[in-house]
Amino acid sequence: MKLVKTLIIASSLLLSGTALAAEGTLTIVTSYPPDTTNTFKAAFEAKHPNVKVEMLKKKTSAGIKYIKETAENNKSDLFWASAPDAFEVLKGDNLLAKYDVKVSGIPDKVGSFPINDPDGYYKGFAASGYGIMWNTRYLKAKKLPIAREWADLKNPVYFGHVGMSAPSRSGTTHLTVETLIQGLGWEQGWAEWKAIAGNFKTVTARSFGVPDGVNSGQFGLGVVIDFFGLSSKASGFPVEFSYPKVTTLVPANIGLVNNAPNSEAAGEFIEFLLSTEGQELLLNPKIMRLPVNPKTYAKAPAEFPNPFTDKTLGAEVKFDLQLSKNRYNVVNSLFDVMITYRLDELRAATKSIHDAKAALGDKDNAEAIKLIAEAEALVNKMPITAKQAAEEGYNGVFKTKRKKAATKSSGRQAEIEARWDDMVKENYAKATELAQQAKSLL
Amino acid sequence: MVGLFIAAFLALFLLVPVVKVIYVAFIDPATGDFTLLNFKDFFDSSLFRESFYNSFYVSAMSVIVATLIAMPLAYFTTRFNFKGAAIIQTLGIIPLIMPPFVGAVAMKLLFGTNGSINLLLEEYLGINIPFMEGLNGVILVQSIHYFPFILINLSAALINIDSSMEEAAQNLGTRGLRLFRKIVFPLAMPGYIAGAALVFIKVFDDLGTPLLLDVNKMLAPQAYLRISSIGISDPMGYVISVILIAISLFSLWASFQAMKGRDYSSVQKGGGGLSKRDLKTGERIMVYAVIGFILFMVLSPHIGLLLLSFSTIWSFAVLPDGYTFAHYYTAFSSASGYITNTLIYAGLAALFDVVLGVAIAYIVYRTGLIGRKWLDYGASAALAIPGVVLGIGYLRTFHNVEVPIVGEPLASWWVIIVIALTIRRFPYALRACVAAIQQVSVMLEEAAENLGANKRRSVFKIVVPLMSGGIIAGFVTSFATASVELSATIMLVAKESDAPLAYGIYEFLQSASGRGPGAALGILAVIIVGLGTYFSHRIIERGEKKRNAAVAVNEE
Repeated sequence: MKLVKTLIIASSLLLSGTALAAEGTLTIVTSYPPDTTNTFKAAFEAKHPNVKVEMLKKKTSAGIKYIKETAENNKSDLFWASAPDAFEVLKGDNLLAKYDVKVSGIPDKVGSFPINDPDGYYKGFAASGYGIMWNTRYLKAKKLPIAREWADLKNPVYFGHVGMSAPSRSGTTHLTVETLIQGLGWEQGWAEWKAIAGNFKTVTARSFGVPDGVNSGQFGLGVVIDFFGLSSKASGFPVEFSYPKVTTLVPANIGLVNNAPNSEAAGEFIEFLLSTEGQELLLNPKIMRLPVNPKTYAKAPAEFPNPFTDKTLGAEVKFDLQLSKNRYNVVNSLFDVMITYRLDELRAATKSIHDAKAALGDKDNAEAIKLIAEAEALVNKMPITAKQAAEEGYNGVFKTKRKKAATKSSGRQAEIEARWDDMVKENYAKATELAQQAKSLL
Repeated sequence: MVGLFIAAFLALFLLVPVVKVIYVAFIDPATGDFTLLNFKDFFDSSLFRESFYNSFYVSAMSVIVATLIAMPLAYFTTRFNFKGAAIIQTLGIIPLIMPPFVGAVAMKLLFGTNGSINLLLEEYLGINIPFMEGLNGVILVQSIHYFPFILINLSAALINIDSSMEEAAQNLGTRGLRLFRKIVFPLAMPGYIAGAALVFIKVFDDLGTPLLLDVNKMLAPQAYLRISSIGISDPMGYVISVILIAISLFSLWASFQAMKGRDYSSVQKGGGGLSKRDLKTGERIMVYAVIGFILFMVLSPHIGLLLLSFSTIWSFAVLPDGYTFAHYYTAFSSASGYITNTLIYAGLAALFDVVLGVAIAYIVYRTGLIGRKWLDYGASAALAIPGVVLGIGYLRTFHNVEVPIVGEPLASWWVIIVIALTIRRFPYALRACVAAIQQVSVMLEEAAENLGANKRRSVFKIVVPLMSGGIIAGFVTSFATASVELSATIMLVAKESDAPLAYGIYEFLQSASGRGPGAALGILAVIIVGLGTYFSHRIIERGEKKRNAAVAVNEE
């Protein structure tokens, strides 16, 4: 044992020599891939030779946990990630510090979304929106048309060819789900999602699972954030990306962590990120994010989307941020219960409805038409109403911290979800049965 | 003394952090009071019940498939005189040293719905076989990944069987399959059960593979998805963790029960091992064909990864579009730090594991220490702790503990990664050591002590050398698997300069342009750990030959 101990101490001394925090170390907790982090690290260090940047890579949710758990003895300077709601969580727990940006020329809004946190805790440095990416070889081999709008994905030809990640796993996916629901209304919006999801091959647990699946041809089309599509194409994969009319552009952000050990260098990094030089780095083919400085687009490649001149981009949506915040976790949970975890059942129901409709064609069989309509209604049936979802007494169950102890919430999340699940499972099974019945009549 | 030290170590680095996390399972989210309602909710939910069933089904099937893979490899290589046995044993262990998430990526490219095999099948036969759909995919990837647990433990056990038993059976007229079924396999039972229990528990708790294959209706993914989702504080993730722990403990207990009341040790060790015989030409061709097929199956993730690491673009095609060395260049430029870290972390962790493993095995099977079984259970329980839970527990427990001299919180000091790996991989080493000590008859020690050796001398001169096969098996398994562990380390890496290989690979695989370099880094990892494994095998073999030679001399 003694030998082992000596060994540990010896090697620890050896390593700690290099590991000790030097004067100018800047620690950034980030969810970004090496292509992004290495590019910015190299450029920033070239400009500030006395600062050494440490990029600490964590998935967004793990990053939040990390900053929370280490807050009492904080060693991180910046949090750098996409989803605005992640920053909201940190802000809500008083883990971010305010910072005033010196760079000028950045507008207030991109699309209908404010670029910076109105309270000054985090800053947007790039915009991204959701869209559809597809594998050209796959579509050609399977003789499938290109889908450009969300509604196109409902087409029965895409059965088993579409992939998406769960909104509970990715903040930006959540925004897409919410956007469509706000645009079409609660019942109609969810019906649309279920019709699309009926064609899913899979719901991935990681947001990168979707571009990965499309790139390798595991499935043909994917609902992805723009830079995944654009950077995959730039890396040489046979894929294309396009924005549907209904899309929300949201800023990707950076925020100063409370009690940052090196807030001076952290400030410099934020300034650099928003400077002309930093913004241009976003156009690197491996990064491909929409800059927030409109001037940068002059240097962009042809066909690169520009949300500041292309007014159709993200304009169709009037996004109610407060509504979205109120029912955030309820929407995630509903999606998981109705779609992610019951995908097999939903697919079975969708398939039999597709089949029945195909068999029906133009025939005038009242009985069959009625059965199909009933089956569709069963699939679309929602466990709760829009009003319930937005009520504090109801959605309080799904929140991390209730604002006031007096806010009463009845029931527990798991208990409520189990009830939803029983209902959804039964409805999908019944719908499958009815649609099969309809088909047997034809 | 030693017992106390180990107990304290386990308490500090396993019990306290885990309890800190799982007590949430017993707290009412609304009131903060103690409650068992969360468990009622678990069993009331049909989703959770299905997940529970699926986890069970997948684990059991994986044990069966893994056995089918491991049994022939173990038997052929130990039973017959065979060219390349060491190479086959090494190749058989290689699947363990690939991070499962990398293996799943490669397997999808080869066996997925639109992977190479199915694209070929579709073009020539018009069929598509769902190798990788849903639970099938998990079972396939898991059995290919974890069968080495059975292979290693079973081989070690077969080598240790006393050849006189077999000879006696042969003298009484038993031959062939009957000999294997009635004599050889039962004698190797401790090794098999040790391996099978490991496979079962590992698959039951594994997170990465189902997650990468987008199978989320299993317990571990459900726990993970619930714990790691932003904003959701509901206790179900923690409830599931508690259930995972309970099931794992139960499986261990069951595996102990299965062997209870039987004595598997044999006295004679000198001429140990089955008598090896030569194969006839016909048999040889058969055996090589079987082994070749099995090796092709278990190495397919590596074949896929190798192709990926050299490919320019590989998309919806049987083979990549073109080949390049560029990814290796990218990988090499960032790899040296990762490799050094990995070797240090995994090496130290495996070393601690076998030292502690031998100590616990000895305490449990050779002493009357009160609560000694609990040391064993406690240590094995580490198997059941999802890496994420352990990681969060460490952050929670050790972040305010400042390490003297270094001046960093313990939770962000690199040594914490070594400790986490030691704890996470400890059960592997422990199982191997326990299986080894069960095959060493206590009479040998008693004999040594009768001849005047003290306890310490009999342990170091008799028990440990006789356990060496098991110890090395334990070291290799712990080392190989520790070097590709990700789930706990991803929570604990506090600086990029402290990051191990698996972390680097994972990072690369998160971007479109990083697939190639990530695969190249994966291949590098496989080669490094593979070489390590091969050399430790060589060392065992040499040790064995020396000992056998010495015995032969003595007998003369």
